[in-house]
Amino acid sequence: MNYSRTANISRFVLLLLAIVFVCMVTVTGIYIDDDTQLKGIFEEGTIRLGLDLAGGSVVTFQAKTEDTGLDLESGMDSVYTVMRDRLDGQGLTEALCYLTGDDMITIEIPDIEDPNEAIANFMQTAKLQFKDKNGKVVIEGEHIESAVGGNFQVSEGKYEYAVSLTLTAEGAKKFAAATKTAAATKDAIGIYIDGQMISQPTVNEEITDGQAIITGNFTYESALALANNINAGAFRYELIPVEQRTVGATLGEDSLSTSLFAGAIGVLLVLIFMSIYYKVPGIMASIALVAYVGIFGLVLVIFGTNLTLAGIAGIFLSIGMAVDANVVIFERVKEEIDLGKSAKAAVKAGFKRAFSAILDSNVTTIIACAVLYFLGSGTIKGFASTLFIGIVISLFTALVITKVLLNLCIGMGITEPKKYRSLGRRAK
Amino acid sequence: MSKFHFIKNQKVTLCVVALVILVGLISFFVRGFNIDIDFSGGTEIKIDLGTEVTKEVCDDINDIIRNHEKLGNDYVSSTTQSTDNINMAIIRTGTAALTNEQTLALQDALTAKYTNANVNNVQISTIAPTIGDQLTKTAIIAVAVAIVLMLVYIWIRFEAKSGIAAVLCLAHDLFVIFAAYSLLQIPVNSNIIAALLTILGYSINATIVVFDRVRENKAKAEAGTEFSEVVNTGIHETFGRSVNTTITTLLTIGLIYILGVDSIQQFALPIIIGIVAGLFSSVFMSGMIWNALAKIGKKKESK
Repeated sequence: MNYSRTANISRFVLLLLAIVFVCMVTVTGIYIDDDTQLKGIFEEGTIRLGLDLAGGSVVTFQAKTEDTGLDLESGMDSVYTVMRDRLDGQGLTEALCYLTGDDMITIEIPDIEDPNEAIANFMQTAKLQFKDKNGKVVIEGEHIESAVGGNFQVSEGKYEYAVSLTLTAEGAKKFAAATKTAAATKDAIGIYIDGQMISQPTVNEEITDGQAIITGNFTYESALALANNINAGAFRYELIPVEQRTVGATLGEDSLSTSLFAGAIGVLLVLIFMSIYYKVPGIMASIALVAYVGIFGLVLVIFGTNLTLAGIAGIFLSIGMAVDANVVIFERVKEEIDLGKSAKAAVKAGFKRAFSAILDSNVTTIIACAVLYFLGSGTIKGFASTLFIGIVISLFTALVITKVLLNLCIGMGITEPKKYRSLGRRAK
Repeated sequence: MSKFHFIKNQKVTLCVVALVILVGLISFFVRGFNIDIDFSGGTEIKIDLGTEVTKEVCDDINDIIRNHEKLGNDYVSSTTQSTDNINMAIIRTGTAALTNEQTLALQDALTAKYTNANVNNVQISTIAPTIGDQLTKTAIIAVAVAIVLMLVYIWIRFEAKSGIAAVLCLAHDLFVIFAAYSLLQIPVNSNIIAALLTILGYSINATIVVFDRVRENKAKAEAGTEFSEVVNTGIHETFGRSVNTTITTLLTIGLIYILGVDSIQQFALPIIIGIVAGLFSSVFMSGMIWNALAKIGKKKESK
């Protein structure tokens, strides 16, 4: 491990350049080709801001059901799947949807002008039934293969917005039988959605091709919405809104930019404090902390984490813990130097002896993160995930990067022990 | 500072802790909590009236609500001026949430009276009381399970007594946060969960660094050394770290408090208080409690 001084200097510079490169990629993004690219962290749409920051609407529905235990769990899973499909069907792919507690589902829709209208659209329960003249159900939701909304020819030369249905094999058979009976007496078959009649076409002949069309006073949007909701299926339970709120985006933007600004200055002060108090190790820790911020930003960009106020709290806690790991180490280095050790030996011993404290404190925090992530909801989850990401990165930067930098410093000939000793008083 | 013996002076620490608990409890009973609709349920309407929301305006709005035919008779509400914007009124109804229709009717009534009102700057939140219960339930379960698992880990890595001591310190720090919310009447909304979680992580972290040193010193201590001396030395040796970590953490969160808008300040303040409490509990309380628990164990053994 005896590199010459110049080799160490070039390694040191290389590492610094790598850190600068990571930070630059985070800020400006990187473009290789259309499939392989990352956006810069400040570009619009890179980081998904939580509702408390970006503004939008939150709605929570509670399922009305007697189910408990596993039944309720699988029932809510199906509600979730249907809800997700419907949101996507309405083009609300940006909307978040998650289960809350045992029997609730929460939907967060960012940047929305009229939440009530959007909710009305995707909340149509879309329980579809075809009934004969006696009110007997002929076919229903389960017999539908797929639904398409659009402009269809409904009769000779007449086009209208409607929903076209393709039936399953069984549905086609049942529909054929029902239309045969109805056609014999020129009766009508009623089409009901959520128990409400949409149309009541008269049947002129047996329909055997498994195709049916729903007309009514549809607009393009409402035809699409109904088709989507039929495709997504009906909710297993009746859903009752229990929480509904709109958060103004302006408040969010203000609080975000001020916290970012404040955070940046805060981190800068931490760097200054560390560099003055802990001297050479402090400066290296500051470089590692810059790397930490850069890598964290990159992770946020790559995974598109949903950032909330609680998530930002998690980030700050993890910065605190990243610095803490270095503080624990450097206090040890100071003690070793006070024992008369060389800079090299003191740094080595400092890292070694501080390791158990850093390991135990981080493992306990990771345990807390895991529990909060799996048992918590919404706010708690956001906090736990950013804190976890932060801890993993901070362990890397505070232990690995700082150590490599310090060893390179020593290799470059900065070996006077007093440059590695903090300002703290000598222990008795 | 190096003269201070943390174990021999434990009465001082106990007095401080007793005082904190006393002040906290008195505040819980006398001042109570400023519970937001996140937990209590109800409807909150924030509306920019375009004119300053004075005391009279607040009373007028409450009258409008009380006499509004769609809301039923004598509907009780409280209206206050927002601290962010003097033109912004915050209207809260009782724990019963308003329906969409009722909210819209109320909004119409308000815009009819206050013609300068900015209809684009209205925030409506409606929360059923069950949501608050659910939120409390999930938070309590999550935190309880997290604490138990951390206790088990500390038990494995250290010993059971140090685990209990760490959890007691944690309880102290969380209590201080609640006390701060009550004393300063900070609105209790879902942000309190994030604040409590932050302090949970911070507090355990701080205590473990102290215990790690005590564990190390205990292993290399000469036979016959009093455990209280081992603990005292450990606390002194980690003191620089405890203070410096608190300083660096306060630098970031403190700036957020100083520069942040109102809602951010309400979030940052309890965290700052909790971090100071965490410094106190890890330095003064953690070792003291571990030592006390160790003594109890010894007395039983010798009997």
